[in-house]
Amino acid sequence: MRNRLAGIFWSILFLAVPVLGVGVFAIAPSIDVWLPKDVSSHGKEIDSLFYFILALTGIVFIVTEMLLFWFIWKYDAAARGDEKATYIHGSHTLEVIWTIIPAVTMLFLAIYQMNAWADMKMRRPVMKPTVEVVARQFEWRLRYPGPDGDLGTPDDLFLVNDLHVPVDEDILIQLKSMDVLHSFFLPNLRMKQDAVPGMKIPVWFKATETGQYDLVCAELCGWGHYKMKGRITIESREDYDAWLEAKYREQEATQPEPMDEIL
Amino acid sequence: MSTVTHSSPGESTTVAPASAAKPRPVSEFLSTYVFSKDHKVIGLQFLFSTLVWFLIGGLLALAVRWQVAWPWSDVPVLGKLFAQEGGQMSPEFYTMLFTMHATVMIFLVIIPILAGAFGNFLIPLMIGADDMAFPTLNMLSYWFMWPAFIAFGASFFVEGGAASSGWTSYPPLTTNPAASPGSGMGQTLWLIGLTFVGVSSMLGSVNYMTTIILMRAPGMTMFRLPMTIWAMFITALLQAFALPVLTAAGFMQLFDRSIGTGFFSPEGSMINNELTGAGGGQPLLWQHLFWFYSHPAVYIMILPAMGMVSDIMTCFARKPLFGYRPMVYSIAGIAGLGFIVWGHHMFISGMNPALGMTFMVSTMMIALPSAVKTFNWLGTLWGGRIQFTTAMLFSVSFVSMFIIGGLSGIFMAATPVDIFIHDTYFIVAHFHYVLFAGTAMGVWGAIYFWFPKMFGRTMNEFWGKVHFFLTFIFLNGTFFTMHILGAVGFPRRLADAYHYETFHHLQPMNAFMTYCAIGMVACQAIFAANFFWSMFYGPKAGRNPWNSNGLEWTAPSPPGHGNFDVQPIVYRGPYEYSVPGCEKDHLMQTDPPVEGMVVAAH
Repeated sequence: MRNRLAGIFWSILFLAVPVLGVGVFAIAPSIDVWLPKDVSSHGKEIDSLFYFILALTGIVFIVTEMLLFWFIWKYDAAARGDEKATYIHGSHTLEVIWTIIPAVTMLFLAIYQMNAWADMKMRRPVMKPTVEVVARQFEWRLRYPGPDGDLGTPDDLFLVNDLHVPVDEDILIQLKSMDVLHSFFLPNLRMKQDAVPGMKIPVWFKATETGQYDLVCAELCGWGHYKMKGRITIESREDYDAWLEAKYREQEATQPEPMDEIL
Repeated sequence: MSTVTHSSPGESTTVAPASAAKPRPVSEFLSTYVFSKDHKVIGLQFLFSTLVWFLIGGLLALAVRWQVAWPWSDVPVLGKLFAQEGGQMSPEFYTMLFTMHATVMIFLVIIPILAGAFGNFLIPLMIGADDMAFPTLNMLSYWFMWPAFIAFGASFFVEGGAASSGWTSYPPLTTNPAASPGSGMGQTLWLIGLTFVGVSSMLGSVNYMTTIILMRAPGMTMFRLPMTIWAMFITALLQAFALPVLTAAGFMQLFDRSIGTGFFSPEGSMINNELTGAGGGQPLLWQHLFWFYSHPAVYIMILPAMGMVSDIMTCFARKPLFGYRPMVYSIAGIAGLGFIVWGHHMFISGMNPALGMTFMVSTMMIALPSAVKTFNWLGTLWGGRIQFTTAMLFSVSFVSMFIIGGLSGIFMAATPVDIFIHDTYFIVAHFHYVLFAGTAMGVWGAIYFWFPKMFGRTMNEFWGKVHFFLTFIFLNGTFFTMHILGAVGFPRRLADAYHYETFHHLQPMNAFMTYCAIGMVACQAIFAANFFWSMFYGPKAGRNPWNSNGLEWTAPSPPGHGNFDVQPIVYRGPYEYSVPGCEKDHLMQTDPPVEGMVVAAH
């Protein structure tokens, strides 16, 4: 019987995988180790896809891990007496079933997401850029179009790390990098895009709530990568205009050198 | 073939009794144990070298975990050795640590331990050949690892330290020494090391393919090959077709760094307010070339483990492998699809988003053969007579953990979700579940399983199980929690993320993970002690201690030079366990057929 106890012990160890696995995900939201607050219009779609995949993979995870537990529990040699193992080389029917079902599911999953992906990365709003973000080691340089609304003109407004955007409006960012790869990551706006030197990459989103959130660099850019930190302030149109106005006055009063055309 | 009569430690009776008695000259010692052309000795050379690097890679990981859990606090032990300012780690030192952890683990541990150690040791034995097709090439494949060992090892001590731009080595960070301290001499040595690992892999892969195609024992048809051999064969194909691209890309990066070409640097880009080199290139080009190799490489790093686990599992379930042919086809499917999914590493890289869609479809499809394999492993356990040996526990845990690693991949394959979790701890969790909880556990299973064949003695089962239990607990403690960190968006490769409002509350969880990681590395001492003790004092194993079916178990333990004392003739596949009407519960591939016994024909 001692052997049977070993089988029970190891089976329960493998049973702990689905039990604790589901447990960790179940308590994660209550200890605040979970998706951060979403303040974007497209973020709900990402989050619901995340939950959808979580549910789907969760079911597969529980079923397969429970089967694994059940088989090693039940078919322990110590529990089977003199009985021989089943002599079977497979089942064509089962192979067909467990090929076709995952195939259809995965294909559905892929096609189901295409529209969301296209909305977030392909159907860019037709508008002039709200702001140009130029990443460099280890800061985010911002260039607002200024009063004339066009980038690259003498009235542009230059700032660092302090990104402001109006709430409830389409925002189009023109993302560039001066030196190495960086990644423009706004966790609360569910937006991430690598900045690549030599490329102008559009990034767009619509914020739905006012507040201040983190701007993180998510692509290794050198020793100071960890401190390449910005802030995004989402505010009402009036506050935004007032802020722009104030910053613009501040800049014009100091008469800075024009920014190098390399940008 | 060489005329050396005697090669493996501990073996002196079956093959060459004459040479054992008289003292042998130094040159013979060298040709037997050092510059040996015997596939078993080469396999063991690979095994010992990679286990040493495994320890180094593990310690690098601990240093990384230390910084993530307690940023800027004094590092115990390692701090005295390396860090510049007192015992505290500098941020560039941290970037070097995770870069070299990944580099060591991938290029000096996983790839060479699977293909180099087990591929070398097992292929001739399992197909019934006396050695590899090209023994000299085989010897070179090991010795070409040494320039790589030296290049990677020496890079820690050059000015600026070892490479520190991630194991993916993305330019322009890597092509310009001004961009990062590690992008000086360290990066050059990294590229040289990588090239030598590539040469070694290529020599091995050519050899494995030739050997498996041409040198199978009489009766060993392709569909009678054990899964280990199928996996090694397809891995060799992957290596042969993917590696040239990485080697070429490596040289392009070397030229960008040394002779002023501009493959990967765009015109007008600046580092530290200074214009960089020639320009006219594209940083994304490197990513395409790199992942064109490195995605298939992910399968190079798991397929052989899948094969070995299939063999161990059938043996200890005493049951034929469920769905042998679907298992073979799914390995082939993974290998084929593996070449058209590399873009899923680049969804948000700036690559055309329309291309992202096609890569999403192919990536979702590659989950399919993995699912088929998992279901077939479960089918193999079903109805078995399971023996809980250490090797079996590691194999079952491989399946259990591979399920987690496989399923978490679906999140990243979904492009919209990837926007959020890309480059967070979610991906770190994913690949550690595949590569550590998957491959490394499979490798331990394989070591416990084939140890008797390697050294003629069995490892201690009790301490083996203790080792398994602790590793299993600690690995889940370390890596499972990474999933939910990733759900917060906790970014990887940050020396200190707690100054961000979004992440500042995650330090206690990271501290917990670091405690588990320390436990995980510490309990490997049990393995090391068991391994070396058993090598000399373990109970002697006969030819077939596990009552297994493969050809390797008909050879003496350890096999002498030339492997088999009797030429094996193969009558059936390797998984004929519990055949009805057969007295034993296993029917070896070489057992002559008995009249009236019904055995599946394949």
